[in-house]
Amino acid sequence: MKTLLDHNQLNITLQRLAHQLIENHLNFSDTAIIGIQPRGVLLSDRIAALVQKITKQKHIDYGRLDITFYRDDIHQGNEIHVPRKTDIEFSIEGRNVILIDDVLHTGRTIRSAMDALIDFGRPKSVELLVLVDRRFSRELPIQPDYIGHTVDTIMTQKVKVYWAEEDKKDEVVLID
Amino acid sequence: MSLSVKHLLGIKELKTEDIQTIFRTADNFKQVLQRPIKKVPTLRDTTVANVFFENSTRTRISFELAEKRLSADVVNFSASGSSVSKGETLIDTVNNILAMKVDMVVMRHSASGAPWFLAEHIDASIINAGDGINEHPTQALLDAFSMRERLGDLKGKRIAIIGDIMHSRVALSNIFCLQKLGAEVMVAGPPTLIPKYIQDLGVKVEYDVKKALQWCQVANVLRIQLERQNKPLFSTLREYALFYGINRQMLDDMKKDIVIMHPGPINRGVEINSDVADSKQSIILDQVENGVAIRMAVIYLLSGKRDLEE
Repeated sequence: MKTLLDHNQLNITLQRLAHQLIENHLNFSDTAIIGIQPRGVLLSDRIAALVQKITKQKHIDYGRLDITFYRDDIHQGNEIHVPRKTDIEFSIEGRNVILIDDVLHTGRTIRSAMDALIDFGRPKSVELLVLVDRRFSRELPIQPDYIGHTVDTIMTQKVKVYWAEEDKKDEVVLID
Repeated sequence: MSLSVKHLLGIKELKTEDIQTIFRTADNFKQVLQRPIKKVPTLRDTTVANVFFENSTRTRISFELAEKRLSADVVNFSASGSSVSKGETLIDTVNNILAMKVDMVVMRHSASGAPWFLAEHIDASIINAGDGINEHPTQALLDAFSMRERLGDLKGKRIAIIGDIMHSRVALSNIFCLQKLGAEVMVAGPPTLIPKYIQDLGVKVEYDVKKALQWCQVANVLRIQLERQNKPLFSTLREYALFYGINRQMLDDMKKDIVIMHPGPINRGVEINSDVADSKQSIILDQVENGVAIRMAVIYLLSGKRDLEE
């Protein structure tokens, strides 16, 4: 097991990602942040809070998206997933949407998320922010716009992101 | 996290956790049904056959909508006008349907136990949409789901099932489901319509409907099933309505508000009066709405089972 980002490095990375978002989206008036359930939401909670703090906006549109019903692997012999809550309390029609997930691996989750998102309306644009990009392991032509950390991994390895809210520590590790 | 069973034959075989998993999943589907696009692509690769050997409006439309909103392909079969009238057996009929690459069968049959019999002989997942006077599991799930929406956790809640208990598959499935969720259950109605020894299931028995209403927080009123009675068990419908029918006056005489439910179809003026069925206390149409979400959840959760078996 190898630590990719410790507590301090993770915080610096989150700060950088929040600033990069603000650089492109300024006051977020035309932009919405949407985290992917379940683990992406822990990251998007942090990012949305940071963006709001730095921009001093009273309100930014922030939602959570569950993609269970859009997965393409329910008949691949995997254990069936019980869905989490989707809450998108605003219209995404004509908005810039930033999708957030913790780890980008094959790209299939993001494919499902885009399908799910389109059922809520037609966004002007969709960008992708991930904390860890497992580069060279993509099965679909999907690339992130904002990357916290890039790693080269093989299929059998696992990247795990721990969050203080759920796991009592902030850390990103690579498990062999 | 999936169900402990491959088929949904009866509530009797479900674990409490299975029921909770179905409810959690149905919560999400209910949310999907409130969106402008009420459809998800989850079961694009699945074909479901609705095989109905007995009449149905609600259940059949509800299952069909649930399947379509999951993007499954649907074929409908009803016994009237089919080869069943030429003497084809149940297994032959279903195997012929399955030979056309159907993955799941939703079946209603007038013989109690028919889905269990079928489950022993075919590979596809079976969902029981009502068998004779035995079980109607999805109805019980949507009833309990609707009660949970009103009352929260059903643990310790008092629920009365009133009417024709003897001929009702809804009653039996409701009893199993509510007890698994920790509720107290009472059955009430005329003695001729309540099976002997039903108290062995752990339910209270009451022959005075007013007392039952006084005791309960929810009254699930059942239809008088005239088509299943081959000898009269009460003298006239008018007499039944007079002694066992629920009317506005009875509810107004009580100091509390109880929730009124009915699985449909309603015999208005017999087991329930219009001024009760259409009142604010009634959640009859919520039950119908929740039925689609519950059935989507059951079909979704069972669909994952199919490849695990292979």
